[in-house]
Amino acid sequence: MRTEEKGRLTSRLLVILSKGTMDMVYPALMIATTGATMGKEVHMFFTFWGMNAVNKKTVNSMKVASVGNPGLPMPNILGMIPGMTAMATKMMNGRMKKAKIQSIPEMFRMAKDLGVKLHACSTTMDVMGVPKESLIDEVDDVVGAATMLQLGEGGQIIFI
Amino acid sequence: MPIMELFKAYRSSKNGDLIELLATDPAAKPDVSAWAKNNGSEVLDVIEEQGYTKILVRVAKMGV
Repeated sequence: MRTEEKGRLTSRLLVILSKGTMDMVYPALMIATTGATMGKEVHMFFTFWGMNAVNKKTVNSMKVASVGNPGLPMPNILGMIPGMTAMATKMMNGRMKKAKIQSIPEMFRMAKDLGVKLHACSTTMDVMGVPKESLIDEVDDVVGAATMLQLGEGGQIIFI
Repeated sequence: MPIMELFKAYRSSKNGDLIELLATDPAAKPDVSAWAKNNGSEVLDVIEEQGYTKILVRVAKMGV
């Protein structure tokens, strides 16, 4: 189903982010921004750990998990050593920079510039005690699951 | 990300304009095709050189 927007037919894309590590946040942003460049009506919904991506306190320090991360070529027993998370994160950040990929806060600004709408999950904010003031400026509003489902109506929904 | 650059050029372009994209990303060719398909723009030419791809796109914009 396509929606009318400014007299032009567009398709919808809803990206639901429920995780709070770098390897989850980046794909969500990549998909959302790419969808926007293709003229889609893009919405992002941040729930559970995804809330970390839109919280001023944590958005600048998104990490790579060094334990329980089957994607990382490091055994858990090694990943458990204090400082390993920081090392894995530093390594990943270095790679991103080398590939000329923007930082997560920069990607949020770009997403906003491209017209992506950002929605924070009200239940999550309640459960985790996140006040509205903590949200990054790019967030448009605080809504619940019903609104979110409506935003995905007829379009593509990607759950991360 | 080639699509980002392409979109930036697209935003300030008019219907019928030609955009030449130079990309080092190997996914540029299929990505640009997908992008063009979505907004009606036409991929006129794809030249694959050593280490980069040159793609010529004709912009299709409604109401411009």
